[in-house]
Amino acid sequence: MALQGPMLWLSVHPCRGLVDEKIKVLVHHAAPVQRLTVHTLFRSEDGDDWEAFGHYVSDSAGAVDVSEDVCLGGTYSGHEPMGLLWSLRPVPGSRPSLRFRKKDTGTPMLVTISLHQGFLSDSFTERLPLASRVVERWYMAPGVRRVELTEGGVTGTLFLPPGPGQFPAVLDLPGGGRSLPEARAVLLASHGFVTLALNYLNPRRTAGGEYHVGNDYFQTAFSVLQTHPQVIRERIAIVGLSFGASMALGLSVYSPTIKPSCLVSISGSHVQPAGGSLGDIFAEFKKNEKNTRYDEEKRVIWHDLLLPIPSNPSKKVDVGQLCCPLLLIVGKDDQNWPAEESASDMKEMMEMSGNGHLLTVLSYPDTGHLIEPPYSPHCRSSNFINAESREKFVVLWGGEVTAHCHAQEDSWWKILDFLKKHLYYGPQSDITSCT
Amino acid sequence: MMAGAVHPILSVCPSRALSTEKFRVLVENLPPGLSVTLHSLHCSEMKDYWEAFGHYVADNKGTVDVSQEASLGGTYTGKEPMGLLWSMIPVPGSKEHAILFKLYVETPQEVLISVFQGHLSEGFRQKPPLASVVAERWFMAPGLKTIRVREKEIEGILYIPPGPGPFPGVLDVSGFGGDVTAYRPAMLAAQGFVAFGVNYSLPGRKFTVDYFLRAFEFLQEHPLVISNRVGLIGMSLGAIVVLNMACRTEAISPRCCVSINGSHLLMEESVDKLLNNVFQMKEHTIRRNEQNHVTMRGMQLPIPNEATINMENINCPLLLVVGEDDLNFPSAECAELMAKRMHTAGKEHLLTILSYPGAGHVLHLPNSNLIRISRWRFSFFDQKETILWGGHPKPHAFAEEDSWDKILAFLKQHLYPGPQSVPDAAL
Repeated sequence: MALQGPMLWLSVHPCRGLVDEKIKVLVHHAAPVQRLTVHTLFRSEDGDDWEAFGHYVSDSAGAVDVSEDVCLGGTYSGHEPMGLLWSLRPVPGSRPSLRFRKKDTGTPMLVTISLHQGFLSDSFTERLPLASRVVERWYMAPGVRRVELTEGGVTGTLFLPPGPGQFPAVLDLPGGGRSLPEARAVLLASHGFVTLALNYLNPRRTAGGEYHVGNDYFQTAFSVLQTHPQVIRERIAIVGLSFGASMALGLSVYSPTIKPSCLVSISGSHVQPAGGSLGDIFAEFKKNEKNTRYDEEKRVIWHDLLLPIPSNPSKKVDVGQLCCPLLLIVGKDDQNWPAEESASDMKEMMEMSGNGHLLTVLSYPDTGHLIEPPYSPHCRSSNFINAESREKFVVLWGGEVTAHCHAQEDSWWKILDFLKKHLYYGPQSDITSCT
Repeated sequence: MMAGAVHPILSVCPSRALSTEKFRVLVENLPPGLSVTLHSLHCSEMKDYWEAFGHYVADNKGTVDVSQEASLGGTYTGKEPMGLLWSMIPVPGSKEHAILFKLYVETPQEVLISVFQGHLSEGFRQKPPLASVVAERWFMAPGLKTIRVREKEIEGILYIPPGPGPFPGVLDVSGFGGDVTAYRPAMLAAQGFVAFGVNYSLPGRKFTVDYFLRAFEFLQEHPLVISNRVGLIGMSLGAIVVLNMACRTEAISPRCCVSINGSHLLMEESVDKLLNNVFQMKEHTIRRNEQNHVTMRGMQLPIPNEATINMENINCPLLLVVGEDDLNFPSAECAELMAKRMHTAGKEHLLTILSYPGAGHVLHLPNSNLIRISRWRFSFFDQKETILWGGHPKPHAFAEEDSWDKILAFLKQHLYPGPQSVPDAAL
């Protein structure tokens, strides 16, 4: 067919990037002041379709620049260069309470970005777009190696950056879930850290018949990293989310062998029996089950299970004894853990103890519990299976989409800066007040 | 940790990119003032190893930024952000006259980029680097479709961008003995064109201008192609072919035409006949140096009129790209002669010439290394010869980058015009 007149041009750059890299979506040669919808579509490994869309009006030259222009409505609005990715949500009619997760972190997410005429809000697949592009979003940088680890009874996934090393390392303690979340660990390796995503939450029987792993499990994991030939043994950090964060706090203070160079605690709490174990933290939750609340849609709010913050020192980690820099990341709308209250209490404890200079708190309004790598879709609630009882719930994590996604982006770069500062730039930038 | 251990942070950004895109190689956390060598290593599809390196000194912040600083020595010097790619040479011990060429465009080119302590020029295998990262250089964009075409005797590969289309089209005629050289059509498709790499290397067949004209029609008639927005591009022998096509305005209406190191030689019957004619014209002027390397650029000029195409017939914008150090063909002289012909016909407004000092015959995509010399079998020689194609690394790299940008702008201007574009002189 022949065509007269100007031709629409859609470009997305880069067409391949790491998931924490920004994309630039440009439209040229649309009609001037034309209503347009930019739509993204992603099909997950489970076969669920996720989409996002934004409404734009082209300028007098017929151009749209998603990084610069204001989105007038859709799954996001306002000046949001990355809204097309972080506001992805299951398409109407999907299975309820889905949580976004890329299981195979060695292959990219394939996202189709399309341009439609007019302001559309549904039925995208029934209409022919004006143009489409496909982008690949990778968790794994080229050359990063993934190794399934089983050593000394410890299991997890080890990610190694390319190159001879030696590298600083991160022990990554993800939050709960059915399979081991690897997204943060592989991204950290893509930024130059040997990272071990530790599998510590799935039900297993230890030699002693205990349901949860003991502290020795974490000590072995830390030692596996220390003795790895490509790891600088004095430069190991712990990054934890949720249960992982709480374990990281307790172990860093009480374990005789776990001495991290620095600590990142995301959506965690120091409320746990001092010197206790993972099983003890679960027991605390269970003890206070009566404090469970429900929202109007009967979603489970576990925020109060560790409240009130005890004043009894035996019931919380004595963070006043912490010897390494600590970065606390907290969502003020966390409906799952009392992260904000815990952070305030930890700050007080550390200031009283004289090691307050080691603490940095990043506290984000309207941000929930699941603070994931940047541009990941926000999950306000999802299906959850209790690791112990195998019961199914819909858990409320909290957070409002836009604020939560801004927090994910902001905190990620601060986490990376923090890790680089304390693991790469060297001990001269540390202020250790105790030996 | 041992005293004096250096743990730099080496990054290449973006780590995955299209092969025509730039990257930024950055080293941080070095001791200020440390001498370092940035090194690249690549294993080609032909299993040869290629490397490039540049010498730098860390600044007072302990940083080396290859995009910003000058290399003090190595396979490239000066401020050359992409020098680690285009200045690649075979590693010591490689076979003679190895060439670096990506045959399979579905997979990326993987380049290992390392930083070494000190200013090294050899022995990279024997010494461990301080750090390494991997860069992937892709020839295909995600979502691209490739279709092998075998239709009414027309053969080739179609590269189709994602999306509903329809798209402008580009017929790409490669220069190396006719088989589809995939990297350029694949890259054109990444830029939003349906690109058809036409194959003219099948044994036992005669390839006339008509064959290529039918290939053009095939592309025009494809349901995903906008029939009045189809252009032509060719290099070397392929450039001669597309120029022959462009003046056959009674048969086709290309929207624009790009010729890279081509000429206005008439292709009377077939490609093979053309090559023989070329040889006859050059026979007395072929030179061999002490190493028996062949320079073929000599030719009796001007080409007699009866041996040239009717350039006066050309109705579409024409872009001629010339490497002034072309040792295989008198591209610069031919471009001048073509310009005179267009001027005489009152059509100089259609013509743009890009002429690059120091650039050779083989003008590939940006960031490719220079193929200055290689073993080649021309039909009129009895055996493979060592052919000098010409070019010097730095100016040739500049020519590849600059010409690609301008070729894309030219194709977009004429095939994807905006409302304020200058209207075509043709049609």
